[in-house]
Amino acid sequence: MATMTFIQAITDALNTQLKNDDKTLIFGEDVGKNGGVFRATDGLQAEYGKDRVFDTPLAESGILGLSMGLALQGFRPIPEIQFIGFIFEAMDSIAGQMARTRYRMNGKVGLPITIRSPFGGGTHTPEMHADSLEGMIASVPGLRVVTPSNPYDAKGLLISAIKNNDPVFFLENLKLYRSLKADVPEGEYTVPLDKANVVREGSDVTVIAYSAEVNESLKVAEKLAKEGISVEVVDLRSLAPIDSATLVQSVSKTHRAVVVQEAQRMAGVAAKVVSEISEKAILSLDAPIGRVSAPDTVYPFGLAEDDWLPAAADIEAKVRETLEFN
Amino acid sequence: MQNTDASENRSSFVDFAAIKDEMMSNQTPLQVLDGHGKIVNQAVFDQYSDTELVDMLKLMVWERTLHQRSNALTRQGRLGFYAPTEGQEASEMGAQLAFKATDFLLPAYRDIPQLIQHGLPTWKAFLWSRGHVLGNDYEEEHLAAMPPQIIIGAQYIQAAGVALGIKKNKTEDMVAYTFTGDGGTSQGDFYEGINFAGAYQVPAVFIIQNNGYAISTPRHVQTAAVTLAQKGMAAGIPFVQVDGMDILAVREAAKAAREYAAAGNGPVLIETLTFRFGPHTNAGDDPKRYRTPEEEQPWFDNDPLIRLRKVLTEKGVWSEEIENAYIDDVKAEIKAAVAQADAAPKQKISDFLKNVFEEPTPDIVEQIAIFEAKEAK
Ligand SMILES: Cc1ncc(C[n+]2csc(CCOP(=O)(O)OP(=O)(O)O)c2C)c(N)n1
Repeated sequence: MATMTFIQAITDALNTQLKNDDKTLIFGEDVGKNGGVFRATDGLQAEYGKDRVFDTPLAESGILGLSMGLALQGFRPIPEIQFIGFIFEAMDSIAGQMARTRYRMNGKVGLPITIRSPFGGGTHTPEMHADSLEGMIASVPGLRVVTPSNPYDAKGLLISAIKNNDPVFFLENLKLYRSLKADVPEGEYTVPLDKANVVREGSDVTVIAYSAEVNESLKVAEKLAKEGISVEVVDLRSLAPIDSATLVQSVSKTHRAVVVQEAQRMAGVAAKVVSEISEKAILSLDAPIGRVSAPDTVYPFGLAEDDWLPAAADIEAKVRETLEFN
Repeated sequence: MQNTDASENRSSFVDFAAIKDEMMSNQTPLQVLDGHGKIVNQAVFDQYSDTELVDMLKLMVWERTLHQRSNALTRQGRLGFYAPTEGQEASEMGAQLAFKATDFLLPAYRDIPQLIQHGLPTWKAFLWSRGHVLGNDYEEEHLAAMPPQIIIGAQYIQAAGVALGIKKNKTEDMVAYTFTGDGGTSQGDFYEGINFAGAYQVPAVFIIQNNGYAISTPRHVQTAAVTLAQKGMAAGIPFVQVDGMDILAVREAAKAAREYAAAGNGPVLIETLTFRFGPHTNAGDDPKRYRTPEEEQPWFDNDPLIRLRKVLTEKGVWSEEIENAYIDDVKAEIKAAVAQADAAPKQKISDFLKNVFEEPTPDIVEQIAIFEAKEAK
């Protein structure tokens, strides 16, 4: 067991899988000597060589198309997209090609590709670096979308993603990279894909969140606990598929739900959660499902980010509103 | 399959090895002043008056000073995103000098100096860096430009579109011009941009600033092509490689390109050979991780300012005193620009919401009310 930041847990997962499976390959812009712009792949080229960990020309469509070709030759590519806003360049390779291949080939051809990319706001990156595109990505059939909220899950989920025989989009939160530390086991362990996690048990209301907003939600739960309000916090972890069984179970216990996302209101994941709960558990609800999100603008300019991003205060207000509903 | 040795590999029908050899023969980059400040093209040099030469050096000193101040300001947290330009002054200013204010500029994040010379007030450039939308409001200046592009390559295909528009509008004496780095030449948009421009024979000038690296990735990892300029070949557009530390050579090449394009002959591709002296951006890049001092030193010695400064000092039209006095003026202007940027009003989310569409849609009207209430507190 070692204490690791979120990003160290990522590096450790990559290191573990490069060691355990010589078919794994890491490539992308600046991932080699430089170790990635966030140092997620630091030291890996030195350890495993340029055949396994290599820089590519600057072309995202190329990186993802190459991944597909390599997977067809029996490799297990782990491409990196330097920042989430650059994914548009690669959307045909991802959504138009890779994600539909198993279906297209009668279930016989799987493409074991794990696309890693940092995402999430609040660190004042330039335009097009932090956009909340997870809703768009999560609506691609044939693609899993995973996003951990803590170092333990980061390593375990990444290893699961790499071992999985279908494409997985693995989203790493920029703000969490260095702001969190936790105990992380050594060597290979997995955290299951497709499963939400109840990170805090409670009985009055369920707050459903993912990525950095899980931590905002936990702050709110702690604060409200002092007033005797018991908040259950569920970390979605998997944005595609949504683990509706865990959500239904929680909501059936608390009878109230608030869904939180950093993305714009129209941008998908929270809307999907709301509809799952509505379809499967509406009769157990005592109040309308609350939704906390950013407004429907383009992702804002750096200086305005703090006013734009939903924070603990917004979650708290929505939780109170939901609890007060009769 | 028979085993064959290398010589038998040379088919009499097609000799790919010979084709490759021919392709790999390098072009010599254009120069007017060489690395030692020696004039190698006297005819071109003589076309410029002393005043013009001094103005060119001043422009480079201006850019260097802007760089130094921007660097300091980012360190103090008074700017946001900043991509250093030190080393690229000849490439950026040489090119910029060839265009007119009415030409349409599509810059990338490292092309702020060109954008300012094209008419963007410095204080707005600083607001752009900080992440303030007022930095992208070009209405008052009637700027023929787009804000700096973050997505590598996007500006290239847009430039082809702007140039096609110029052609369709039958606008006389106008071109679109755009920049990317060496890394940018790997993007699909780069190829699509030059190819479309060639296919439609539009008035566009494409400039590649080859500064050797895309963040940490060296130029040779981008492509096996001998020059980046030669990528114009497949698009059917003329191309040339220029010494990017020689402002006169860059200016002459860009001027010729502009004239050629504006006259209706179609687009041109220029590659400037330059070097970024510092990090990729001021957000944590450390060139020591991927460059050696041995590799950097010859480029530092090849500083475009040193080169022209030497010639003009020998001519007796430039001195350290002139330079220092000029730097003081530039610093004062930059200081005033910072103050003006500081005075910009705080951005409002309700304004952002109002700017999503020309007329806010019903869902957005709802959200405007929520944010206006929040902002009134
Ligand atoms: C589509 C896209 N992919 C990746 C990036 C991240 N990125 C920003 S600058 C850069 C390197 C660019 O290198 P080059 O084109 O040589 O220009 P330079 O920065 O050297 O001027 C990269 C990879 C981006 N901004 N856009």
